[in-house]
Amino acid sequence: MIDPSQPTLKGSSLWLDAWIKLGKNRLALSGLVILLFLIVVSLLTPWIAPYSYEEQNLMLGATAPSAAHWLGTDIFGRDMLTRIMYGGRVSLMVGFIATAVALVIGILWGAIAGFVGGRLDAVMMRIVDIMYALPFMIFIVLLMVVFGRNILLLFVAIGAVEWLTMARIVRGQVMTLRKQEFVEAAYSMGLSKWAIIRRHIIPNTLGPVIVYTTLTIPSVMLLEAFLSFLGLGIQPPQSSWGLLINYGVETMEEYPWLLIFPGITLSLTLFALNFLGDGLRDALDPRASKD
Amino acid sequence: MALLDVKNLSISFHTRHGETKAVDNVSFSVECGETLAIVGESGSGKSVTCYSLLDLLPKPPAVIESGSANFDGVDLYQCSNQQMQQFRGNDIAMIFQDPMTSLNPFLTIGEQLIEPLIYHSDSSQQVSRNAAKQEAIALLDEVGIINPEDRFDSYPHEFSGGMRQRVMIAMALINKPRLLICDEPTTALDVTIQAQILKLIKTLQKNRDVAVIFISHDLAVVADIADKVLVMCDGKTEEQNRTQEVFQNSSNRYTKALLSAIPTGAKTTKSLAQDGSPLLQVEQVKTYFTDFTNSSEKVVKAVDDVSLSLQKGEILGLVGESGSGKSTLGRSILQLAPLTAGTVRFAGTELSALQPSQLIPWRRKLQMIFQDPYASLNPRMTVYQTLAEPLLYHGLANKKSVAKQVEQLMDDVGLARSSVLKYPHEFSGGQRQRIAIGRAIATEPEFIIADEPVSALDVTIQAQILDLILELVKQRDLTMLFISHDLSVVRKICDRVAVMHQGKLVEEAATETLWANPEMDYTRSLLSAIPATNLS
Repeated sequence: MIDPSQPTLKGSSLWLDAWIKLGKNRLALSGLVILLFLIVVSLLTPWIAPYSYEEQNLMLGATAPSAAHWLGTDIFGRDMLTRIMYGGRVSLMVGFIATAVALVIGILWGAIAGFVGGRLDAVMMRIVDIMYALPFMIFIVLLMVVFGRNILLLFVAIGAVEWLTMARIVRGQVMTLRKQEFVEAAYSMGLSKWAIIRRHIIPNTLGPVIVYTTLTIPSVMLLEAFLSFLGLGIQPPQSSWGLLINYGVETMEEYPWLLIFPGITLSLTLFALNFLGDGLRDALDPRASKD
Repeated sequence: MALLDVKNLSISFHTRHGETKAVDNVSFSVECGETLAIVGESGSGKSVTCYSLLDLLPKPPAVIESGSANFDGVDLYQCSNQQMQQFRGNDIAMIFQDPMTSLNPFLTIGEQLIEPLIYHSDSSQQVSRNAAKQEAIALLDEVGIINPEDRFDSYPHEFSGGMRQRVMIAMALINKPRLLICDEPTTALDVTIQAQILKLIKTLQKNRDVAVIFISHDLAVVADIADKVLVMCDGKTEEQNRTQEVFQNSSNRYTKALLSAIPTGAKTTKSLAQDGSPLLQVEQVKTYFTDFTNSSEKVVKAVDDVSLSLQKGEILGLVGESGSGKSTLGRSILQLAPLTAGTVRFAGTELSALQPSQLIPWRRKLQMIFQDPYASLNPRMTVYQTLAEPLLYHGLANKKSVAKQVEQLMDDVGLARSSVLKYPHEFSGGQRQRIAIGRAIATEPEFIIADEPVSALDVTIQAQILDLILELVKQRDLTMLFISHDLSVVRKICDRVAVMHQGKLVEEAATETLWANPEMDYTRSLLSAIPATNLS
């Protein structure tokens, strides 16, 4: 406990307390370490990758893991480790950026609709309904046709679809929170609506938001693989974990390592995300037990 | 021989934080046709004791360490699950505190009433649906439900809180139990309804010759109804005696503390300067809501043409039953609920004419203390953040001075400085209400609306919070509108009292004048509902 007579008191907040609590949660911490490791490796890939990701060696073909190629090679003789490392760059970027886009839009949209209520809420939620009803594929194809194929566009497109559910979750939470006395107390204290949303509403919606986020990141990664598989996402020779898994499935019987290693990497990421998400949810809830 | 004889009962809870003794060597007995009141603060073990009789405690963590409960020759703690099921509902029935959540909202009350008759665990006692219905209707009539034949098919939400509690009592009685356990059956109810329910329990007990165990935190409530009183504190028996002895000749320190916590007597009113313009003036305020349920629009006149004014330094009590519009009036004064008509003038400024943005500087001067200290604090903010927020937001403190000012506030409301970094859930109800009061006085307001600030608290805690409020009002020269349904509380701290009934102000007078000469029938009925503690 911090000595309350010290000026460090100011720094104590939900986030600082959450950080201290997270530090005590081994599982969450190991999740964080795994994720950081994957991110650092992805960032450094161009410098530390053992081979080139596009150079084919058809003479070599698909080989099982060996000293030269730790995770084996694919049917074009490309090093799997290198391809997984490069694939991680795309997958992690799509996962985090698209989810971040979904988070920001979804939380703001849901919080405003739920807090203001009335007619604005009705209009905002009907927009969400219409977006839900739009066939996702047509939406993406339209975007591609209008703006051309671009990896950034992929982030925006996925993010623009994933925020809908987030907005609904947040709106439901906010509508129950809005009626709480502590929100009315804040209002009677003279706080502006924006200050109330930011200080009193959003922190109290964090639990379900974090859980949903940890579910969104993997689903976004798989969505990217699906789009790429259809030729709408990234293109070979570039790769992503989703794409590698897709190709791996095709050659599963002859060359199982082409499926196993990207699969393990993706699963590891998902485990890490879930552990971290659960840890964060508990850490951000002061009512969760302290031990 | 006593119907129920509990001997040397000890119960403890085993959690990973260690072992807590909830009940420590408690003995008591109840005869047929007798009422035993178990009184104590929350956490005193009174509910645990009674729940253990029906095997309703979660085991683990609860462990019955020792003791016996002899009910009509059978030890309740030794009998099998099957035997216990026979006792539950048949021989021993229970009434719970909250009539709002104890009934299934998807079944009509009739359906819920006849359920135990039709689906009786002992098939030889099962009766036909028609016979069950006749019996249920007779019982509804007995507990004071008007038109029981029509009400038989109503759903719980169509009843008021007091009526639901009557239905709950009917449900408890349907299998003709010999022992009725009432767990704070009137705590969630208004004073007038409480008086009716207490009377009902007393009458039923006389007519049916059942034994009653009545759990309460409020000695005043049990004075009239109990034959014997068991006072518990921290799981131990403090005192056990005939009711009259407890109230008149108790030598026990804890019992005396409980008795002195019952609000009695009047405030010594200081003479207020009647000249000069009032600080707050409410004129012909109407607040209407449109009710869209049942497809037809219906205007609910929550506040209907109310005028009142407060002089500086005055505490005005606003009393009435739930639904009388007193809370809505409070919220209308603070401009938290939109006015349909009328004006609210504060220190010469017409608040009701201001735009929301113009109101912000005024909000500093008018604050509110809410009823439920569990809901009125943000669970994700520490006490420090809760108290610092209004200070920083209104520019009453800068980053350097805010820590000092928060500490000062903690001292003012009687909280330990060392708990400044704790979250609300780590405090008890009374302490939480202190935090909420600290937040309300942080902005140095001139006027505070206290909306039932003590009705969610135990009697002893209630007395402490009332003292705190009185002290702060005196120290800071505050003006206060004190909303309450409890007239004895109002009498203790208010200079004047205004009575609301169905949205209208029906009577307004100085506190003692109102007590001595209530003019309206409604006021008289409120006054007569106060549980009497002077047993003669």
